[in-house]
Amino acid sequence: MPITTEPTGRQRTPQRLGDRVFSGASTGAGVLILAVLAGVAAFLLVEAWPAVTAPAEDMPGGEGVALYVWPLLFGTLLSALLALAIAAPLSVAIALFITQYAHRRVATTLGYVIDLLAAVPSIIFGLWGVSQLAPLTVDPTGWLAENLGFIPLFAGPASSTGRTMLTVALVLAIMILPINTAVVREAFRQTPRLHEEASWALGATRSEMIRMSVLPFGRSAIIGGSMLGLGRALGETMAVAMVLSTSGGVTFNLISNGNPSTIAANIALQFPESTGIKVNALIASGLVLFAVTLAVNMTARAVINRRREFSGAN
Amino acid sequence: MATRIQVSGLDIHYDRFLAVQDVSMDIEPRQVTALIGPSGCGKSTLLRSLNRMHELVPGARVSGKVVLDGQDLYGPDVDPVRVRRHVGMVFQRPNPFPTMSVYDNVAAGLRLNHRRMPRSEMDGRVERSLRAANLWTEVRDRLHRPGSGLSGGQQQRLCIARAIAVEPDVLLMDEPCSALDPISTQAIEDLILDLKSSYTIVIVTHNMQQAQRVSDTTGFFNLRAAGEPGVLVEMADTTTLFTRPAKQATEDYVSGRFG
Amino acid sequence: MSLSTTDTEPDERSAAAEPLTHGTLPASGPPLVLLGAIATGAVLWLLGWNPALSGIVAAVGYTAVVYVWSRAVEEARAARDRLITAVVSSAFLLAMLPLVSVLATVVSRGLARFDGEFFTHSMRGVVAEGGGVHHAIFGTLIITGLTTLISVPVGLLTAVYLVEYGRGRLARAITFFVDVMTGIPSIVAGLFAYALFVLFFGPGVRMGIAGAVALSVLMIPVVVRSAEEMLKLVPNELREASYALGVPKWRTILRIVLPTALAGIATGVTLAIARVIGETAPLLITVGITTSDNFNPFDGRMATLSVFSYYEYVSPGVPPEASLDRAWAAALVLILIVMALNLVARLISRLFAPKSA
Repeated sequence: MPITTEPTGRQRTPQRLGDRVFSGASTGAGVLILAVLAGVAAFLLVEAWPAVTAPAEDMPGGEGVALYVWPLLFGTLLSALLALAIAAPLSVAIALFITQYAHRRVATTLGYVIDLLAAVPSIIFGLWGVSQLAPLTVDPTGWLAENLGFIPLFAGPASSTGRTMLTVALVLAIMILPINTAVVREAFRQTPRLHEEASWALGATRSEMIRMSVLPFGRSAIIGGSMLGLGRALGETMAVAMVLSTSGGVTFNLISNGNPSTIAANIALQFPESTGIKVNALIASGLVLFAVTLAVNMTARAVINRRREFSGAN
Repeated sequence: MATRIQVSGLDIHYDRFLAVQDVSMDIEPRQVTALIGPSGCGKSTLLRSLNRMHELVPGARVSGKVVLDGQDLYGPDVDPVRVRRHVGMVFQRPNPFPTMSVYDNVAAGLRLNHRRMPRSEMDGRVERSLRAANLWTEVRDRLHRPGSGLSGGQQQRLCIARAIAVEPDVLLMDEPCSALDPISTQAIEDLILDLKSSYTIVIVTHNMQQAQRVSDTTGFFNLRAAGEPGVLVEMADTTTLFTRPAKQATEDYVSGRFG
Repeated sequence: MSLSTTDTEPDERSAAAEPLTHGTLPASGPPLVLLGAIATGAVLWLLGWNPALSGIVAAVGYTAVVYVWSRAVEEARAARDRLITAVVSSAFLLAMLPLVSVLATVVSRGLARFDGEFFTHSMRGVVAEGGGVHHAIFGTLIITGLTTLISVPVGLLTAVYLVEYGRGRLARAITFFVDVMTGIPSIVAGLFAYALFVLFFGPGVRMGIAGAVALSVLMIPVVVRSAEEMLKLVPNELREASYALGVPKWRTILRIVLPTALAGIATGVTLAIARVIGETAPLLITVGITTSDNFNPFDGRMATLSVFSYYEYVSPGVPPEASLDRAWAAALVLILIVMALNLVARLISRLFAPKSA
């Protein structure tokens, strides 16, 4: 390896110049990232501001920007939380199956497959959700409306296309399953052998060992992974835009045709045809989405990092 | 509760690799049996085969017999979970459950086997186990604080209390003092001598002085040659083994010439 | 332990007198039940039942049979263990069903138009059958290429900064905000790029470079994270050996650190490309769609595979089948590209991994 090719290699000035340029460039790149993030917030604010100051009747719906965004925010939260409620227990089950039950070689393969599924573009889940899954939900939701209609969630009338909030929640759950599982699986895999053996030696069955050693160790990863998944579900656009049939009202009825849209899906659907103040209104809603996902993701990171410190201390 | 263990013709494999070959020995009830030998000679592996813990390593398997008061641990239909309930284990490094309190750590095994034990009885069993582990006076005021807050030696005694709370017949100890300071080691050794009146104890140790201090019988393990399986070279009354060993290899080891 | 002699405390004796064996299900029992349940589910499905329902029936049936059988033969704790095993396994299998179905659907529906014309023609002047994604494939490649050109230098330099130079509050702030950036919804990234370009080009702007900027917001944090991990793996001894020879820091980084981490970084970059190449939402609002070839990312709308697939599906022509087939075929192309990138990433990391002892 040549130490230096310059004839002035022994002098310090050119080296320090190179160092300055290089460290300057890399620092600049880091600062650029901060600037971009600040830019995201700033540009969104600038473009959203006209919608906030505009007279209420100029907003779509004619009642001001807050009442325009509220049903969308409600739809966003409802769909994402439902998806999380479905995906979180499933991801724990999958992670347990892979780390505790499956043969090691099978487990490695399954790990690859799950990572691969995390990379499937969301447009594909959208296509699949609207063409394959939605029709399948028609009969079961009809039954729900008939027999469990007294529960507000299933008040009906059941949609005949299946393009309901329930279907959206299922699609979102399937989409966030891989990322949720990846986080939880990683934590379960790192359960200290020492703690597993402590359970085994007491005469625990596998499920008792899992409850005494694996789950307590993975608890914060389960929470953190779920929050990351929630962040994904909140921001998911195409699948919701393609699957959901919307009417804009705020309702907990999961199986009818009249659903609130979500912020992201509403932007995707309205943006291409919007001009003027409507664009500003959409950007204002995007700003709200940005704030919500920011809060969720920061909480998730904090929870996951706390686990890291905990396991590092052991 | 103390139980005799008879090991005969035991081979232990990891996949193709033969780790321990043809071990036969009798472990007497209400005695402390020490297993000594150089690193990697298979003494820990053998210990873990006595409660079927070693089979948690993928690819591990056993042939031969380990008979616990007339029942072969490796017989057909034997439930390893039940075996481990009768043969408790204490590990090299203290491993209390980090999220559980002192009390819950001791009660953990009890809760597995007796789901609906009344609170008062549970309290009694926990206290008795902690007293038996010489830990009660040190933790009586902090029973509901995390077990991981104790010192290393206290944690190890907590683990012993946890193991004896389920009232096993046999207690296996895998170098229980190797992570502890001399004073904690002393406390554990005293405890071992107390416990042998009620349990059959098998202890693996690197420390020959410790074997002499605590055990009644000692087995010396060694590799037949480098890369070959570990074998039981000699087993005898501890005093005899350390003063008048029958085999040259044993004498070389106990006199500190290798290992 | 039926041979025990000195019984003193009845409670403990009863524990010790317990045999080590108990009634046990045959080892092949639960797997056979599982097979039976899967077969039942398949039959129900073939009989015209709802496939999701058939799967649930099979899963619940398997769990129930194993539990009841075990409860009858084995002790309660073993039965509970079997129950949880069955629940975990069937939850796993149930969760796999939709994921398998997604892949199977894309392949089977996508193959209908997976022909020569599809790859050589654009949609220019096509109203019904025929047409292709020539324009969209190039659009996707150009925009993703630009994204990579922006993201890799920025991401890599930032990783170098964090690992080699970064100390104190600035480094902590960057680390934190890179984490935050990974969570930005893609549609918000699209809005950002749109708002940025509106400043220069006025409302209604659509161009490829805006899409690349939006995708860069999504890709940069992924590159930073993976490159950072890889640079951290380079042993400090290598750096010190180089410093000891009098090599300045920047040359050490260029000549020693980066080459050592290269395979890992390349893997990370490939995976990051795979992540953004299928994005739809940001492109929908920054790049839009067009029917003919436009290979200039600085001039007006471009087509991309994902947006093409979306529009073919939501606003089909007459007859709709032709559009739907094109939508699925575009989705298939997309998924094949993503899989290929993942495969390449794995190959890179396997082939060029530093040979360690």
